[in-house]
Amino acid sequence: MSLFAFLGTLEIGLIYGLVALGVYLTFRILDFPDLTVDGSFPMGGAVVATAIVAGMNPWLATVLAFLAGAASGLVTAFLAVRCGILHLLASILTMIAAFSINIRIMGRPNMALLGDATIFTPFENMGVDPTYARLAVVFGLVLLSFLFIIRLLSSDFGLALRATGVNEQMVAAQGGSTALYTYFGLALSNGFVGFAGALFAMTSSFADVTSGVGTIVVGLAAVILGQTLLPGKRIWVAVLAVIIGSILYRLAVAFALSSGMFGMQPSDLNLITATLVAAALIVPKMKGKLQFKKSAKA
Amino acid sequence: MKRLKRLAAIGVIAVSCMISMEAFAQNYKIAVSQIVEHPALDATRQGLLDGLKAKGYEEGKNLTFTFQTAQGNPAIGVQIAKQFVGEKPDVLVGIATPTAQALAAATRTIPVVFTAVTDPLGAKLIKNLEHPGGNVTGLSDLTPVAQHVDLMQEILPDLKAIGVVYNPGEANAVALVELLKKAAKEKNIAVVEGIAMKSADVQSAARIITSKVQVIYAPTDNTVASAIDALVGAANQAKIPVVGGSTSFIENGAIASLGFDYYQVGVQTADFVEAIFKGKKPGDIPVSFAKGSDLFLNIPAAEKLGITLPEAMIKRATTIKK
Repeated sequence: MSLFAFLGTLEIGLIYGLVALGVYLTFRILDFPDLTVDGSFPMGGAVVATAIVAGMNPWLATVLAFLAGAASGLVTAFLAVRCGILHLLASILTMIAAFSINIRIMGRPNMALLGDATIFTPFENMGVDPTYARLAVVFGLVLLSFLFIIRLLSSDFGLALRATGVNEQMVAAQGGSTALYTYFGLALSNGFVGFAGALFAMTSSFADVTSGVGTIVVGLAAVILGQTLLPGKRIWVAVLAVIIGSILYRLAVAFALSSGMFGMQPSDLNLITATLVAAALIVPKMKGKLQFKKSAKA
Repeated sequence: MKRLKRLAAIGVIAVSCMISMEAFAQNYKIAVSQIVEHPALDATRQGLLDGLKAKGYEEGKNLTFTFQTAQGNPAIGVQIAKQFVGEKPDVLVGIATPTAQALAAATRTIPVVFTAVTDPLGAKLIKNLEHPGGNVTGLSDLTPVAQHVDLMQEILPDLKAIGVVYNPGEANAVALVELLKKAAKEKNIAVVEGIAMKSADVQSAARIITSKVQVIYAPTDNTVASAIDALVGAANQAKIPVVGGSTSFIENGAIASLGFDYYQVGVQTADFVEAIFKGKKPGDIPVSFAKGSDLFLNIPAAEKLGITLPEAMIKRATTIKK
């Protein structure tokens, strides 16, 4: 793999790390299987592209993308909490509705940002290699999000949020509102995903409604991959693990893309990616078992 | 032992000389990124490869041809673009809009040739058709939709309503349906839209509109192209003919089509690649539109639906399936 490809992989991995953060908040913390992300990811892109093309300040447009993602999370929470629709179905409803809404936002299915100023433009023109400049900005933004999540989850409010996912009755018995925490958690999660969608649209110079396909799969793979390879009970370890998991997932895709020499054809890409991720999950377990057998013999 | 060593040394020198000779012969590198694999886009890629071969650039001899498909996922398309740019090929080729955009965004120096992109201006790939500037140029596959409406009217003189199945999530298809509506309106023909978000929806979208239309137009939409057999099957069950936006649809049972087949689009894309190999700057090569006014007819398919194609049309057809 060339250096440029590696840096590109790192950039996409970090951006999808924000998706993994969002998925971690819903699946792990709130225990709420949320598929809204397939809609909120392209929504972030759609909002940021439309706002920038309309002449809005790119930073403001990015904030708007976060809010749009958060709003779609609120819709799912509303359907689940208030209307009593099964969690999974509530999020599927928001996800499919978001497809139509995203086309409404942009007025068309694909909106290009080639040549428009984004939040990266000032950094790219600072004289350093634009590839590094962009990566540094993405890294900084992901780091800030990481610190924010840790700070939040360690606060009293965050503790209650975590408790909601573990034992809803207990939270209710303590006088906490599980509905409030569900609304907040889903909004925050999808806000991060919308933020990721905005960064993705700005770094790849286009927003496309089809870019949401499979976001949840990538997010879940990152969470599970990261936490399997980097287990730990501490919050900061867990949060760091999901971001690293996302980068590892992208590295798997990158290796799959370079596997032409093994007689693989391009359409085998998804299969190779899946195999690599599965191997990453299985190998540590096998190693553990082997060691266990050895020590049992001894 | 000494002799053996010397022999080995001579061998090594000879082999390395041969290798470096090989390296001296100019070798061109081209990397092709395609959004999804389906017959029309695959034909484009094959046409490109054959077109380059006809010009003396042959894979394995003096051409390295790298190819990846994003499997319909733009995020993978972006990653492929970064991977390709890192390999520093002589020319990058993006087949279809999102992959072309991803390549154009990934580099400002390596020449990018787009193909099978309907609206390169709307996709912001270029700023100007005549003089693109920058490192991007290519071929637009804008379908002659107005001519297709004429064709449908020629086959069915009392045509009142055209059905069209497309994916509103595809930029190409939306542009085409806009053109279709405009062309049909001038002739007072109604357009009934059938929406298919994914290829699995194409069949039911076609079924829903068959009762309201006399003919179904299959645009060059990636979703529809992936499920063209399902579309033709559903239409023919209701005794409704399908007219194809791409001539490749004739093979799948469309009764008529006018335009270029995507193989030709690929062959014409080779012109751009060759010009860049020869040192021309992409910014100086004007964007062109896919050429060809081939009329394709499928007589057995028409007869099965009880439609007699006009004699004059059969006379001027370039390819007839019997």
